[in-house]
Amino acid sequence: MAATKGNIEPKKKTPAAKDEIVIHAKGLKKSFGDKEVLKNITFDLKRGENMVVLGKSGQGKSVTIQCVVGMLKPDGGDLEVFGEGVTQMSDEELKQLRIKIGFLFQSGALYDSMTVRENLEFPLTRVLKLKDQAEIDKKVEEVLDNVGLLDAIDKMPSDLSGGMRKRVGLARTLIVNPEIMLYDEPTTGLDPITSREISELILHMQQKYKTSSIIITHDLECARITADRIVVMNDGEYIAEGSWKELQKSDNELVKSFFIETT
Amino acid sequence: MAEQVITGWRKWMMGIGEQCVFFSRFFRNIFAGGFEWSEFVRQCYEIGYRSLMLVGITSFIMGFVLILQLRPSLVSLGAASMLPKTLAVSFVREMGPVITAIICAGKIASSIGAELGSMKVTEQIDAMEVSGANPIQYLVVTRIIATSLMVPLLSIIGDVIGLVGGFLALNINDSISFTLYFQKCIGSLDFSDFLPAVIKTIFFGFAIGFVGCYKGYNSNKGTESVGIAANSAVVTASLWIFVIDAIAVQITSFLFYK
Repeated sequence: MAATKGNIEPKKKTPAAKDEIVIHAKGLKKSFGDKEVLKNITFDLKRGENMVVLGKSGQGKSVTIQCVVGMLKPDGGDLEVFGEGVTQMSDEELKQLRIKIGFLFQSGALYDSMTVRENLEFPLTRVLKLKDQAEIDKKVEEVLDNVGLLDAIDKMPSDLSGGMRKRVGLARTLIVNPEIMLYDEPTTGLDPITSREISELILHMQQKYKTSSIIITHDLECARITADRIVVMNDGEYIAEGSWKELQKSDNELVKSFFIETT
Repeated sequence: MAEQVITGWRKWMMGIGEQCVFFSRFFRNIFAGGFEWSEFVRQCYEIGYRSLMLVGITSFIMGFVLILQLRPSLVSLGAASMLPKTLAVSFVREMGPVITAIICAGKIASSIGAELGSMKVTEQIDAMEVSGANPIQYLVVTRIIATSLMVPLLSIIGDVIGLVGGFLALNINDSISFTLYFQKCIGSLDFSDFLPAVIKTIFFGFAIGFVGCYKGYNSNKGTESVGIAANSAVVTASLWIFVIDAIAVQITSFLFYK
């Protein structure tokens, strides 16, 4: 199921990563009351690329991806997804955009009144408007098999462990074949072994479904396994950017403090 | 002090504005197509069938107690034969609908508020929204329409059970056959007793569903917010029931009992 077992090397830039930019953010600003959460965020996400945003909690990492899907509206700056300005979109345009973007929440956010099967059927019937039950069943089983949870198809979310919930959440997001995946702290709250499995799964799913991804995390192991490129965020700003190896050699004290554990 | 009053007033006005926006979202989504029939049927079952026992027991006791309370007064006036009529008119016009609505406000508004509140806290509503699905249509429209239909139905059933309770209470001291009792009850009621009561319960049901959904859907993110949403849903829905009742009685009196 997972791409690779054992000691995984930092992810190399994939040949599939073309220079087509799928997300372009320039000078993003966002405040909540007096607190300026995003100060001047500028980044591009290329097609097929995995970008990891690394930083301490409460630095505005999640706010960035919430702006990308239109959950939050930035106070300033430009934000384009597939060349379209997110902030100028109508509700219907935003809905169409969201179909192309998968968002994995920190908790998995499974609908707890539905079984795993119903959770996965939900986007197929409500978003893609599929009617053919045989086709729906096939897709559900296929994506659950991909995350290694076909046996849990008729279980309720309350019967699943934290790692299983994240896998089902990932399956539910991937079932509509999104072009971009946004992961909000995918390994938070999991034990090291399960964290590693989820990180490997993210990498495997990115290769299988050819998605471009932004992974918000403070888990170095997750960043090491999944990242093509890492940006380090502190106090609402990106303070460093580069590959895993480049950042390991960084002179920046804050970046060093992140990598001290692994060196 | 003045600043606090202004802040409180502004907050209250903003709340009214938010409720208007929420109502317009609900209203637009009724006609947006793709009605969630299976969820609607599930909600009717949860709201209607699962509240039946509670409404039934409460209505039975109220009918029973009302006869026991009314009897001494009416007997002293030599109007004991008016007991079935008095009970039927008071129960169908006022007691039945209000008791059912208050019970439903306690049971349904709180459960909707807590359910949607916990969905908000656990990011399930956000997940629905960012997936491109329509949470208002799936969660809100189905629940509000279900409460608007089930509360009147529960109220009618509650009326019948309340009259049965009254029959049993009447037979403690007097002896009256079931057929004669119900003939007297039904004979004393007419269209103007029944129809306004049913219409008003539709509004009660709407208020219960709307308040429960609004409080839950707009709760803050935090476990404490779930309790606040549930509690606030009950209090606000109960208050709305009395306000709607007062308005409905005025309109009914003007139209039917001039």
